Amino acid sequence: MSVATAAPPAAPPTTVRPATRWSQRISARVGTAGLNVAVIALTLAWIVPTLGLLINSFRQGGAFNTSGWWTALAPPFAFTLDSYRAVLGASDLAPSFFNSFMITIPATIIPAAVAAFAAYAFAWMKFWGRDWIFLALVGLLAVPLQLTFIPLLTLAVHFGLNSGNTLPGGLNAGFLAIWIAHTGYGLPFAIYLLANFFRVLPADLFESAEIDGAGPVTVFFRLVLPLSVPALASLIIFQFLWVWNDLLVALIYVGGTPEVAPLTVTLTNLVGSLGQHREYLTAAAFVSMVVPLIVFFTLQRYFVRGILAGSVKG
Amino acid sequence: MEGITALIRLPGLQVDWQTLLTVNLPILVAVIIAVPAALVGYTLGAEFLVKRLPKRSQPSVRPWVWVGPAILIVGLILVYPMVGTIIRSFFDRGGSKFVGLDNFVRMLTDNGVLIALRNNVYWLVLYTGLVLVFGLLLAVLSDRVRYEKPVKSLIFMPMAISFVAMAIIWQFVYYYKDPSEPQTGTLNAILVNIFHGQPITWIQDTRFNNFALILIGVWGATGFAMVILSAALKGIPGELLEAARVDGATELTIFRRIILPLMMPTIVVVGTTMVIFALKAFDVVYVMTAGNYNTDILARRMYSELYNAGNNANASALAVILLLAVVPVLIFNLRQFRAVEARR
Repeated sequence: MSVATAAPPAAPPTTVRPATRWSQRISARVGTAGLNVAVIALTLAWIVPTLGLLINSFRQGGAFNTSGWWTALAPPFAFTLDSYRAVLGASDLAPSFFNSFMITIPATIIPAAVAAFAAYAFAWMKFWGRDWIFLALVGLLAVPLQLTFIPLLTLAVHFGLNSGNTLPGGLNAGFLAIWIAHTGYGLPFAIYLLANFFRVLPADLFESAEIDGAGPVTVFFRLVLPLSVPALASLIIFQFLWVWNDLLVALIYVGGTPEVAPLTVTLTNLVGSLGQHREYLTAAAFVSMVVPLIVFFTLQRYFVRGILAGSVKG
Repeated sequence: MEGITALIRLPGLQVDWQTLLTVNLPILVAVIIAVPAALVGYTLGAEFLVKRLPKRSQPSVRPWVWVGPAILIVGLILVYPMVGTIIRSFFDRGGSKFVGLDNFVRMLTDNGVLIALRNNVYWLVLYTGLVLVFGLLLAVLSDRVRYEKPVKSLIFMPMAISFVAMAIIWQFVYYYKDPSEPQTGTLNAILVNIFHGQPITWIQDTRFNNFALILIGVWGATGFAMVILSAALKGIPGELLEAARVDGATELTIFRRIILPLMMPTIVVVGTTMVIFALKAFDVVYVMTAGNYNTDILARRMYSELYNAGNNANASALAVILLLAVVPVLIFNLRQFRAVEARR
């Protein structure tokens, strides 16, 4: 119907219109093709290094010393699970998986929660010295962690938080020490990231909430947190990955005690005990990547567009 | 597959599963529930008390309730060791004799430290710049393709890799073999087989090695930048972009006039973080060259002063230099967030 009514008056310019439409369509096609090529090329460039490792981890021991990983993609295919067998079979991997969770989950939740509260105050409350404290906090991002190890370890031992001790309730004290340490190390970035996301939330939202009589607690839980889901999701992913992949901090606080050692420590020891077998290291690398990737894939769906859609006028 | 069964055959392991499952697991669950609950309880309780205060003093007390826990923990974990470091940087190696600026003078005239400073400048410029450019490019481009999620996951993958694994990955890329043998490193194989060039010792050759190392850093951090920038991009209301398209704006104009200005605060956050990461870069150089072949950087030198040479005074001076280098970035940030505040 609408086509029939629209067609007659459009008659004179028909000679011009298809031409512009064609050129537009072509340029759009070229644009789309260019876009796809760019995205795929960048992605390929990014995965080639990891792909090399992945393929080498399935090759016969030592094969990568004489030929490149890409040669394995041509027949005869000689893939093997030997390296994975050695890594998964020869060690106490299961308990260290558990220890990694035991360290990482609280060391992610605690800083994220503490940071969210602080970031809200830095973004939306006015108080004496706010900007300077915030700047000092960002500046603390630059503190080399290696430098804090000795004074903090001394402090931990002083308070009985060394990894040999058992706290009331049966918890190994090393866990508590490492949770607190990771919280401290993670807080500056967490607050910095969240405060900057909170700061750009539309001010009218806060004004209308205040007019409706909502206190800061209500505003924080009902407005700020739900509106910042993508930022919170990315923060949780980063903190999780940093702690999960951390070797240095774990070695310092719980490294000496096998029953609390996380995956990174166990894998490093394992590689040492299996001798200089680089092929085992290749498999170990992938074993340790499984959990971080699952976390990333799970949280990725929270990076959604349009959480703010409809909440802002015009 | 024996490996998998060994993994499941739990009783065979010499580990106290009794403790893991009856003590640690309940504690883990308790911590997951109790910590947020305690924080919420603390906030509600404190708010209850603040409300009892005279109306006039409420706004000046309340913020401290909210930032209190963070300041307490950061004070203990970061400020306390840092104050000690700053003090030690003015004392001799034994820590008993005040030596003024001697440690700084000695460090800033040391040849190795000067090379490290030069390399940190390379890192500062190239690492920060490339991570921002690639991160922004990937966030914006992948937003427009249907396979956004797999692309972002693959770019992000290096973040899931510990630095031990990262070292192996890049050894396979940069490996050098004598020209008489087939090259097993990816980059040299491309160079020799496709471009018929001579293989390069990427890690040892001082013309290339710093850039080879920075490339590893860029590869690792781009996913991080992309995720944050992408979160900011998703926060731009779709209607805004739609309206601009209806008005006939080209995609480039939309990017320059709408997307870029709205993302600027986030770009500053990512840029600042990258500058600081570039200043305290450690992992890549530590595992790939241990600072040899003129690739040393400040944080690695500090580490070896502290743990290999046992020289607390030198290490402290280097740490203070690192902290001072951040000050200009902080001033830029102060301006930036005052501007954001003025606009609302």
